[in-house]
Amino acid sequence: MRLTLAAAALLGRRARTLLAVLGVAVSAALLLDMVMLATGMRESFRELLLARGYQLRLAPKGTLPFDSEATVDSASAVLAALARDPRVSAVSPVLGTQLFVVGEAGPRATAFGLGVRPAVQGDYERLDGDDVGPGRLVANTDFLRVAGARVGDSVEVAAGFDPQVRAYSGRRRYLVAGTARFFYTAAGQPVAALPLADAQAMRGDDGRDRVSAFMARVADTAQTEAVRRDIERRVPRVSAISTATALAQVEQRLSYFRQLAFILGSVSLAVGFLLVSTLVTVSVNERAGEFAVLRAVGVSRPHVVQQVVLEGLALSAAGALAGLALGLVTARYLNAVLGDFPGLPAGFEFFVFRPGAAWRALGLLAASGVVAGVYPAWRAASLPVARTLREEAVG
Amino acid sequence: MSDTERARRRDVILSAAKDRSAAATDPPESVSRSADPSVAALPQDDSRAVIHLDEVRRAFRVGGETVEALRGVSLRVARGEWAAVVGPSGCGKSTLLNLVGAVDQPTAGRVLVDGADVGAMRDREATAFRLRRVGFVFQRFYLLPVLTARENVELPMAEAGVGRAERGERARELLAYVGLGGRERHRPAQLSGGEQQRVAIARALANRPALLLADEPTGELDARTGREVIALLERLNADGTTLVIVTHDETLAAAGRRVIHMRDGRVERDEAVR
Repeated sequence: MRLTLAAAALLGRRARTLLAVLGVAVSAALLLDMVMLATGMRESFRELLLARGYQLRLAPKGTLPFDSEATVDSASAVLAALARDPRVSAVSPVLGTQLFVVGEAGPRATAFGLGVRPAVQGDYERLDGDDVGPGRLVANTDFLRVAGARVGDSVEVAAGFDPQVRAYSGRRRYLVAGTARFFYTAAGQPVAALPLADAQAMRGDDGRDRVSAFMARVADTAQTEAVRRDIERRVPRVSAISTATALAQVEQRLSYFRQLAFILGSVSLAVGFLLVSTLVTVSVNERAGEFAVLRAVGVSRPHVVQQVVLEGLALSAAGALAGLALGLVTARYLNAVLGDFPGLPAGFEFFVFRPGAAWRALGLLAASGVVAGVYPAWRAASLPVARTLREEAVG
Repeated sequence: MSDTERARRRDVILSAAKDRSAAATDPPESVSRSADPSVAALPQDDSRAVIHLDEVRRAFRVGGETVEALRGVSLRVARGEWAAVVGPSGCGKSTLLNLVGAVDQPTAGRVLVDGADVGAMRDREATAFRLRRVGFVFQRFYLLPVLTARENVELPMAEAGVGRAERGERARELLAYVGLGGRERHRPAQLSGGEQQRVAIARALANRPALLLADEPTGELDARTGREVIALLERLNADGTTLVIVTHDETLAAAGRRVIHMRDGRVERDEAVR
C-alpha cells in the first residue's frame, strides 16, 4: 500500500514528477560523465597499451616510442638478445617511415608507414581483407581515401620524394590487402602497414637493420619489471618502459582532470540531493492534510517515513536511469568532439564507460535521494495530527 | 450473490461489533457526569462505559496566550450508545473527540477508552489504538484523492497487516454495506459528497473498531444526502457500533439517544432524547 501511495503521489503530479526526474537525470548524467572522465583517460590509455598484450616498450635511449625520429641500430642483435630471455614470449619490432603515394606530377598524398612483422605486430587491428605480406599492405580508411584506392587495388608508394628533381626514392607497388584500425596514430592520419624488411629497405641506409621501437610481451606479468631492468642492463642503448610506469606517468599528467572531475561530480551529486530534497519537501508540505489523515486512521510514523523516502528514492532512481542514458549519449558526443584533438591516438577516449564505476555513481545518487527524503519524511511523520486536520483539507 | 448470502456476509462484517455490543442489548443508560454540579445525570455503571473521561482539561498556546479548550470534562459513554455532542463553535467539541480518538492528549485528567488510558499512551500505542479500536469520520471526508474508494477502505487494513485478498474482500463488502457496491474503482473526485462520506464511514469500519467517532459527518452535505448518511449511522448503531458524533446538525443530533451540550469547554447539559 505504501508503494501504491508513493506511486500515486508521484503519478498524480505528473508534470512536476517529470521535471524532477529530468532535473535529477541531468545531475546524474553530469555525475556519470565526470566518473567516466575521471577514470576514462587512464583506462583508455591502458587499453591502448595492452591492446595486443605487450607490457614493455623499447625505444632509443632517452626517448619514448615514436617520440622522435631516432631509431635503434643493429635491431636484429637486439631482437636476438630479447628472444633469448625465456621470460619474453614475443617481441614486435616496428619501423616508422614517411610514405608518399606516387602520382604523375608529384605525390598524391603523404601518409605514415609502419614496417611490421604481421605475426607479432602490436600496432593495428585488421578489420577486413588479408594481412600484410610480400607485396601486400593494409591501410586505414584515411589512407584509402587520400590514395583514392580500395581493397584489392594496387598502389605505388615511396619512402622519399625530392621536390627539386621531382624524384621518388624507395619506390614500391603494393596490393591493398585489407583495412585496419591503428592504435597509436592520430585520428584522421592516413596510415599503412607493410612488411618490416620492405620499410627498412625503402629507407635505404637510414633504415638498414634499424627499428623505431620494440614491443615485448612478458609471459608472467609479475616478472615485467624484472625483465625491464634486465633489458636496460643488457641493451644499454635502449630505454624500456613498462605499461605500469607509462600509466603512472599518464596518471600524474591527468591529475588535474581527475580533480576537476571529482569537484564537478560532487557538485552534481549535491545538486541532485538538493533537488530531490526540495521537491519532496514541497510535496510533503502540500500534502500535510494527507499525512495527518494517514496518521489519524492509524498509519504509523515509520510507515509514513517509508512512504516519503520511497518517493525520494523513486525520483532519484528514475532520474539516475534516465541520467545513465543521457550521460552515455553526452559522453559519446564529447568523445567524438575531443577525438579530433591534435596528436591523440585514434583509439583514445576521454570518457570510458565502466559498468562498476557507473553503477556505484548512480547508486550513490539514488542513496542520496533516500537521504534527501529523510528530512521531509520526518516532517510528515511529526505533523501534529489534530491541528493539521483542523487546518488542512485533502482533495 | 443471493440475498441470503448478502445477509450472511453482513453478519460476518459486523460480527466483531455485535460481540462487543452483546452486553449492551438493553437501551444504554444516559450515563454522564460533569464537573458542573448542575448537571444531574451521573453514571451509575462504570463497567458498561466504553468511554470514561475524568476532569479532562486541554489547553493550547495560541499567539503567546493559553486558551483552555476543555475545562474539566467528565462523562461516560456506554457500549452501543449513540451520543451526539453539540454546542457553539469553539466550545471544545472537536477537541473532546480528538482526545477520545487519541489524536490529541489532555493537559490534565484521564481519558479511558475501552479500558485503555488514552492520555498516557506513547505515540506508537496511540497509533495502534487509532488503527484498531476507533474509527474516524471527518467533516471533509479526508479520503486520499490518489486512491480509489476500495483502496481508501483497504488502507487501515493494510496498515493492520491484513492480507491483500482478505482486505480486498472486506473492502468490497464494506462498500456494499454502505451502498457503494458499484463504485469501488471510483476515485473520490468521481464521487458525490454523500458517497465520499459513505466511503469514509466504510474506511472507519475497516478494522472493526469498538467505537466510531464522527466530526460533523453531515456538515458538508446537502439535506437529502445528510439524511442518507444519518440512516447509515442509525444502521451501524443498530448493528452494535458505539457512536460519538460531534455535530451542529439538529436532525443528526436528534437521531441519537443522547445529546451532550457543551459550552466554553464544559458539559453544560447531558440529556437522553429518546
